[in-house]
Amino acid sequence: MSRFFDLTQLPDARGHFGPYGGRFVSETLSFALEELENIYASLKDNPEFQAEFDDDLKHYVGRPSPLYHADRWSRQIGGAQIWLKREDLNHTGAHKVNNTIGQALLAKKSGKPRVIAETGAGQHGVATATVAARLGLKCEIYMGAEDVERQKLNVYRMHLLGAKVVPVESGSRTLKDAMNEALRDWVTNVDDTFYIIGTVAGPHPYPMLVRDFSSVIGREARRQSLEQIGRLPDALVACVGGGSNAMGLFYPFVEDDEVAMVGVEAGGEGVATGRHAAPLTANAPRGVLHGNRTYLMSDEGGQVADTHSVSAGLDYPGVGPEHALWKDVGRVTYVAANDDDVLAAFRELTRVEGIMPALESAHALAHARELAAEMRPDQHIVVNLSGRGDKDIHTVAKIDGIEF
Amino acid sequence: MNRIDKRFATLKSQGRKALIPYITAGDPAPSHTVDFLHACVEAGADVIELGVPFSDPMADGPVIQKACERALKHGTRLVDVLDMVVDFRQRDSETPVVLMGYLNPIERMGYDDFARRAQASGVDGVLVVDMPPEEIDENAALFDEHGLQSIFLLAPTTSDARAATICGHGQGYLYYVSLKGVTGAATLDAAAVGEQLDRLRRLTDLPLCVGFGIRDGASAAAIGQVADGVIVGTVLVNQIAERADDPASIPAALQSILGEMREALDREAVS
Repeated sequence: MSRFFDLTQLPDARGHFGPYGGRFVSETLSFALEELENIYASLKDNPEFQAEFDDDLKHYVGRPSPLYHADRWSRQIGGAQIWLKREDLNHTGAHKVNNTIGQALLAKKSGKPRVIAETGAGQHGVATATVAARLGLKCEIYMGAEDVERQKLNVYRMHLLGAKVVPVESGSRTLKDAMNEALRDWVTNVDDTFYIIGTVAGPHPYPMLVRDFSSVIGREARRQSLEQIGRLPDALVACVGGGSNAMGLFYPFVEDDEVAMVGVEAGGEGVATGRHAAPLTANAPRGVLHGNRTYLMSDEGGQVADTHSVSAGLDYPGVGPEHALWKDVGRVTYVAANDDDVLAAFRELTRVEGIMPALESAHALAHARELAAEMRPDQHIVVNLSGRGDKDIHTVAKIDGIEF
Repeated sequence: MNRIDKRFATLKSQGRKALIPYITAGDPAPSHTVDFLHACVEAGADVIELGVPFSDPMADGPVIQKACERALKHGTRLVDVLDMVVDFRQRDSETPVVLMGYLNPIERMGYDDFARRAQASGVDGVLVVDMPPEEIDENAALFDEHGLQSIFLLAPTTSDARAATICGHGQGYLYYVSLKGVTGAATLDAAAVGEQLDRLRRLTDLPLCVGFGIRDGASAAAIGQVADGVIVGTVLVNQIAERADDPASIPAALQSILGEMREALDREAVS
C-alpha cells in the first residue's frame, strides 16, 4: 500500500492522509480553519517566520535538546544501546512547547488577543499558558475534571502563569471532553480567539502544522545520531496518545527505510481487557471525532468509548490521522505498554539514570527496554523522552500509598 | 416528490412559514419519543428534526449535551432512532423527518447500510453537523439514491465561495445558524439575519430556515419575517429536561411553546 502514497507529500489539499484526516467540522468552524490554513500557507516557507521560530526554540526553549546515551541502563538490559532524546529538558519540561511556540507565532500574526487550548496531563496547557504569558495574550485552558484532580501541580502552574483553567465535567471528564469544550469555546469566540491544539489530531490543518512544528525533534535527533552514533539508529521509539511527540521524532526519518519505528500506545490494564487507550494496537474501527477520520475507539452504535490509562496525556480514544495511515502502510509498528510495565520503567530510569520521565514517556521506555533486550549491543535505539516526570509524582506516590 | 420538498411547496403556496422543532431521540427515555413527535405535529410542526444522540456533541451547548447524556443512559442507538421513525410513520405518513446528529454513528453503521435502513424507516433528510459538503463525497449520491436529502448548515462566517458550494450541494432546505456559538446561545438580531439571508437568496432557491436563538412566539415571528422557516430546539429540550421526572406532562408543554410560535408565525403571514 505504501507505494500509493509518498509519505513526505501528505496531507493532500483537503487535509487527507489517504483515507484519514480531513475537516469534519460544523460549518461554524469552517471559516476559522480556512483562515488558519491561509495564514500558515503564507508563512510556512517564509524565511523570516522560520528564523523567528528557530530563534525562539534556541533562546527561549533551550534547543537543541541533547541526545543522551543511557549507557548504564543499556548495559543493565544487555542489548542495544538506548539513546534518549531529552525533550524533558525543554523549557516547561516537555516537547509540547515546540508546537505552542509555533502556533503562538501564528496567533500573533493573526492579531487575535486570546488563545485557548485543551490539555490532558497539563503539559500542553502549561506550554500554552507560558507562551501566552510571554506574548501578553489572554489564555483559557480546558481540562477534564478528572485530569484537574490527578495533575494538580500543572493546574497551579497554569494559574501562576496567568491562565484560567476550566475543569470540564461532561462525558468521561478527560482529554476528549476538554477538546469538545475547547471547540465549543472557539465556535463562540472565533473572532478574537486562536485555538492552539496540542496534538497531531483535530481538523485540517492542525495535524499538518503540529507535525511541522514538532518535527524539530526528529531533525535534531537525525543530525545528532549521525554525529554521536556515526550512523542512523536502528529503531525509534515514542509514545502515542494523539501522537505529536512520536510524529515529531519520526517524520524526518520517514524515508530512511533502514530505521524501524515503533509507536507505543497506552495499554492501560491490558488491551485484551478493553480498559486501555490504544486504538491502533487494538485495531479500533475507523471513525470520525474532533474533525478527523482515524482509528477511533467506539462502541457498535458509534458512541465514543471511555479510555483508561495511568497517564492523563495518553488518555484519548483516537489518534492522529497520519499515524493511522502509517499503520496501514506498515511504515510504523504500533504496540501498547500496560500501566504496570510503565510504572516499572518510570522507577527504573529514575533509579538507574537519575532521570525521572513523564508517565507518558515511560510508555516508550517500557517498550524500548523489551526491544533493546532482543537486539545486539552494536545496535542503537533512540527513545523520545518527551517530558519530565515531576508532574506525575502525585500519581506515583498515590499508587505507593502516600498522600501529600 | 420528497416529503420535504412537498411540504415547503405547500407552505409557499399558502404564504406560510415552516415551524421545525428539534428534539433528541431517547430523551428522557426512548419510549416517549414517538409521542413527543406526534404532539409536535399536532401543535403545528411542518418538519421534524430528530436528534440522534452522540457521546461528543461538539457543536451543542449544555442543554442538548445533557439531552444526549439522558438518551445514552438508556442506550439509545442509531438503530433505535430508526425504529422510532418506523413507529412514527404508522400514524403519520406526511410530516417530513430529518435525522440530525454527528457522523460517527453513521460511519460505524456503514453508509450503505444506513442509507438503506433510513429509507426503509421513512426518513426524508439527513443533517450531519460534522459532515460539510467537502467531506460528503460519494455519500451524497448514495443518500440521494435512497431518497435522503442532504441538509447543510450555513453560518454568518461562511464565505461567499463556500456558500456557493454549500448551496450547490444542499437539498430540501438550508439551515442557517443565526449566531456564532453552540446551540442554546444568546439572543439574535432579526434584521442582521435578514441581510445575511438576502445574500444567500442570490445563490439558491432552496428554502432558508433559521436556527439558534429562537425562544418564543415573538422571536419566531421576527425571524419568520425574513426566513422561510424557524428551527427551535433548545427551548423544547429544556422543557423535556425540566419535566424528565414527569414525562406525561411533556407533550402539553411542547405544544404550548410550539402553539404560540405557530400562531405568531401565521399571524405575521396574513398581516
